[in-house]
Amino acid sequence: MLKALVIDSGKCTGCKQCEMACSYENEGEFNVSKSRIRVFDFHTEARMVPYTCTQCAEAWCQQACPVNAITTDAASGVKIVHENLCVGCKVCTIACPFGTINYNASTGKVIKCDLCQGNPACADACPTGAITFQDIEQTGFDKMRSWASVAAKGSETSGPSTPTAKH
Amino acid sequence: MDYVVLGAGPAGVTAAETLRSANKAARITMIGAELEAPYSRMAIPYLLHGNIEEHGTYLRQTPGHYSNLGIRYLNGHARNIDTATRTLTMQGGDTIGYDRLLIATGASPIIPRFPGANLPGVHTCWTLADAREILKLAEKGAPVVLVGAGFIGSIVLEALYARGCDLTVVEIAPRMVARMMDETAGGMLTRWCVSKGVKVLTGTKVESITQTWNGEAPLYVGLSNGKTAPAKLVVLAAGVRSNTSFLAGSNIAVNHGIKVDRFLATTAPGVYAAGDCCEAVDLSTGKPDMLAIQPVAVEHGRIAALNMAGVVTPHRGSLNMNVLDTMGLISSSFGLWQGADGGSTGKVTDEQNYKYLKLEFEGDRMVGAQCVGMTDHVGMLRGLIQTGFRLGGWRDKLIKSPERLREAYISVAQGVTHGAPASGASGPHVNTPVAA
Repeated sequence: MLKALVIDSGKCTGCKQCEMACSYENEGEFNVSKSRIRVFDFHTEARMVPYTCTQCAEAWCQQACPVNAITTDAASGVKIVHENLCVGCKVCTIACPFGTINYNASTGKVIKCDLCQGNPACADACPTGAITFQDIEQTGFDKMRSWASVAAKGSETSGPSTPTAKH
Repeated sequence: MDYVVLGAGPAGVTAAETLRSANKAARITMIGAELEAPYSRMAIPYLLHGNIEEHGTYLRQTPGHYSNLGIRYLNGHARNIDTATRTLTMQGGDTIGYDRLLIATGASPIIPRFPGANLPGVHTCWTLADAREILKLAEKGAPVVLVGAGFIGSIVLEALYARGCDLTVVEIAPRMVARMMDETAGGMLTRWCVSKGVKVLTGTKVESITQTWNGEAPLYVGLSNGKTAPAKLVVLAAGVRSNTSFLAGSNIAVNHGIKVDRFLATTAPGVYAAGDCCEAVDLSTGKPDMLAIQPVAVEHGRIAALNMAGVVTPHRGSLNMNVLDTMGLISSSFGLWQGADGGSTGKVTDEQNYKYLKLEFEGDRMVGAQCVGMTDHVGMLRGLIQTGFRLGGWRDKLIKSPERLREAYISVAQGVTHGAPASGASGPHVNTPVAA
């Protein structure tokens, strides 16, 4: 069964534990600028919004990569960057219309959320349940993806991010 | 059904794979013009860097990828196409019949007309074969002249700098990357290069290259400013043009590139075109243009192949975009970065720290952007521009404070705060539960 990060921004207090946990899990240091998940702060509305990659069914980053360095994990559907193949050209970073794959200048490679190999540190670290890791059937994830495809329109109906029937 | 794909770059490879997923039984032949595994030209600078080996430039990494998919991969150059009998004739005289043909022959570098452009030690940087020659000459400390500081030139510049070459860049335009960014951004890039010890001569023409007896620098590059630059290696990066000469006299119409309709079909029945060799619609202008970038080639290859396979798929147009790393200074541009007629602009400039962000609006939609020194969530610019979200009140906020673009994106595109999503769909999408 496929699982996904489910974010309920209404529960987010902006504590940034998710960013710290992500950075420590993936980079071995507490450096929120290298976190794959980011909390956006809407001061005027007193609202915090955690934001990361949705693992598009057919991903823009993957299609833009010139050297096939981004592949789909067959079991989880997660899009994984293979550091040994990534040349650091950054085309995926401009191609992803969600802005969720980013360049890491210290390695010269790109980074994105890979759900921590099935045990996302951000969800573990979140003290308020704003970020949880759930079976997608229970979350309406396909609906989200379908809106993601609307959000990214300009691709053709068969283009990346379009929901597929395979799940 | 016989599908023939002429070209084995990103457009050709994507098309062949898409044809296979759409039609398990069809015969698919892909023909490359170089005796190499299909590879990405975009990866060549990283090969020159020494970051990767040649196989790191390959478009697909799995051994036997094409044969496993039942894609026959041949080598050769097309001589002409008989669209009446649906026959492709190769330069060696072989003929190949097709039911549907995709022309994805890409582009080739323009060789400038000045004398000496074909001397030994003068190379374009376009193919793996070029890269092998450049690697022999681009040694640490070697004097190298790079002709052209457009987008490709600037990527090559980065690689030559990383190899420790003593670099002089000659650009005919008044600034670097003139077709990608404005004077402010181009000026920042130039200043950055000069600070790293690269000599940048903008508004300067190469008039000739001559051979000398100087073993260390056997080439003299004569410049329009009256000076001469010695070189062991001259790299030409003076632009590219579509590979269409074999279509002369055929009924396949060609302008700067092959003309295609919104299904990427050419003017000949059963013949389609994709990638650098064709002029398809630019999303920003609605007009045909040659957008010679990898993501567009892939998009074209996919859409053309779907239409060839009978899955009717119109092409809305591609967004022009580029990202460049100039010795650590990263810049990018999207869409109508020059701005729209009657549009509005928001910009923030920090010359001292090499930071620049300029956003272009038409009404309350973002239509273009350029940035220097900013990489985080930069793809959101594509999201905003390509989707044409109505920004509402965010437009004025962005004109005042362009650096708030991530907030604007989350608010408008993700619909998580008061802004309603452009589609009229209700509620948030990314990683957010759909509320009942």
